[in-house]
Amino acid sequence: MRLLEYQAKEIFSEYGIKTPLGFVSNNIQEGIKQATQLKLPVIIKAQVPIGGRGKSGAIQKCNDIDEFMLKYDQILNMKVKNEKTRSVLTEKLIPYEKELYLSIFLNRSKRCYNIIASLQGGIEIESFKNQIIHEMEFDSFNNDLALQVADGIKLVEKQQDNFVLILKKLFRLVIDKEAELAEINPLVILKDNNLLALDGKIITDDNANFRHPELQKFNQKTTIERKAEENGFSLVELDGDIAVIGNGAGLVMSTLDILTDHGGKAACFLDVGGGATIDSVYEALKIISKIKNVKGILINLYGGIVKTTTVAHALIKAYNNKLINVRVSARLKGTESQKSKELLATININMFDSVEDAINFITSEIKKC
Amino acid sequence: MLDIFDILVGTREDNDYKNKSVIIQGITGKFGSLHTKNMIAYGTNIVAGVTPGKGETKFENINIYDTMREAVRSTNSKISVMFMPAKFFLEAAEDAINAGIKLLIAIPEHVPIKDTMIALKMARKNKAAIIGPNTPGIIIPDVIKLGIMPTTPFKPGNIAILSKSGTLMYEMSDKISQHGFGQNIAIGIGGDPINGTILIDAFDMIKDSPKLDGIVVVGEIGGDAEEILAQHVMDINYKKPIISYIAGRSAPKEKRMGHAGAIVYGEYGSAESKIKMFNNANIPVAKKPSEIPILLAQRLKI
Repeated sequence: MRLLEYQAKEIFSEYGIKTPLGFVSNNIQEGIKQATQLKLPVIIKAQVPIGGRGKSGAIQKCNDIDEFMLKYDQILNMKVKNEKTRSVLTEKLIPYEKELYLSIFLNRSKRCYNIIASLQGGIEIESFKNQIIHEMEFDSFNNDLALQVADGIKLVEKQQDNFVLILKKLFRLVIDKEAELAEINPLVILKDNNLLALDGKIITDDNANFRHPELQKFNQKTTIERKAEENGFSLVELDGDIAVIGNGAGLVMSTLDILTDHGGKAACFLDVGGGATIDSVYEALKIISKIKNVKGILINLYGGIVKTTTVAHALIKAYNNKLINVRVSARLKGTESQKSKELLATININMFDSVEDAINFITSEIKKC
Repeated sequence: MLDIFDILVGTREDNDYKNKSVIIQGITGKFGSLHTKNMIAYGTNIVAGVTPGKGETKFENINIYDTMREAVRSTNSKISVMFMPAKFFLEAAEDAINAGIKLLIAIPEHVPIKDTMIALKMARKNKAAIIGPNTPGIIIPDVIKLGIMPTTPFKPGNIAILSKSGTLMYEMSDKISQHGFGQNIAIGIGGDPINGTILIDAFDMIKDSPKLDGIVVVGEIGGDAEEILAQHVMDINYKKPIISYIAGRSAPKEKRMGHAGAIVYGEYGSAESKIKMFNNANIPVAKKPSEIPILLAQRLKI
């Protein structure tokens, strides 16, 4: 799960990592109340599950209430890299001395965690020059290691003590919550040498969700995504107009890539899983029918053992039940493809042997719309 | 490093040459029983099954045991194929490793990262290898099938396929088979963030196999396994042809694309980073699956 900033900060607070005082809101009236309570100037921040908010203007300082009202509306209605603002976090403006960077990150190839720290903070991690990286196994964190990291970024005395405390808390959090990433950027040093997490990002392991009922309140899945999940599908909603369905994550990604190369834009990524059955394809089409802006459907199934006629029957059922009212282009790999072509010729679905042909067809049909 | 061909095929002197015995963990489940039948039909020598609580019963004439310890004691098998709900994976893996299993094929999807890491640490200590989780398995055409892959795409031959994706492993194998090539082995790495056997490990397992003409690497966005493999290929100055494909070029950042591991954070895990490293290592990257047999044919002529 990719937590929003305010959600990450809620967990930070649970672990004793201090964050600025702030409130989250979904409308301007609520926002104004909060800003007045916090006393202006305040910082307002779009809550979106994606990085790069600073550059997109999704974080703004407001000196007075007029500025607040203007900018609040802008932020509430904005998109950052196609992600709509979920809510707005209003926080007290905190003066600080210095910005640091700190994260604990799953190193997938070495199968360990990396602690990354830097005396530079507030910018994207890739642009850092002086970063310290420590590798450690998931069960090998200790005080000495925390001290080494603090030494590495040349913190001394009280700042070092406070940093070590925060690092230990962050590590505890990563292990407890089964996080792939916990990042504080920036972690700021205040005048009194205390440290404060000005921003927060936590990504937890979705596969461990069953052990973390306490995290479920943070789940931001849309109704359609939940529906997909119940059926054992993976769904990612995108901003184009062609719904892409296939079996197997790699195959669907590959289909999306070829579609994009052909100038098509995907409305969604829908993986029905390794096998394909009449029921799974029918359910997938049901889900697609609930997605807005879909002008065409592209299906790429590698059947293996599955007969293409099975899938063809699912498509015909969906067509007869009026689930589909847009153009459908399908590449169905498996046995009985000739028979499937004949079956599908009776309805408005076009079947092809190669994914390239299926894509050419659907993209040119969409252009006619 | 585990000698994968020795464990899966053996040598002519072995009395079980090309007939290595295999235990199925979770043999009575819906998925496990279906694929056990398919594996037997392909000729895989399944000698025992394990389902806790169902010991002393049989499935398709195969003895079922409650624990791996009993199953291994009775059969002396070194290989297990695992079918169980993801939350029971760790327990089952511990049972298998403790019993002396040296190759675990972990089929379940949705295994928590922490559980894989614990199982992996234990496997290393006991010199066992885990393939997966979230893998379709391993196949050596006409010799042994360990997993859930369909059999039609695979023909005996001299090309190794290493793939993070299941369906793309079938698709690529099918495409090269149609072009007159075949596979000497196909290994499903799995689509999770933490793989028991990462690309570089799988590469090292097969790179010196005598019957190898070339390798097809099917990668995807997420992590840096492709980059590390590319660096390794350069470091050891590997000479046999390698061609590759990377799925997910058009995927948005910070979105999990079906596989738990298929996610890009900034540059980490991006297709650009992987393609760049493959280019550096002189490994051609196909833009789409249908280019794979063409690139392979080109490289093999050199």
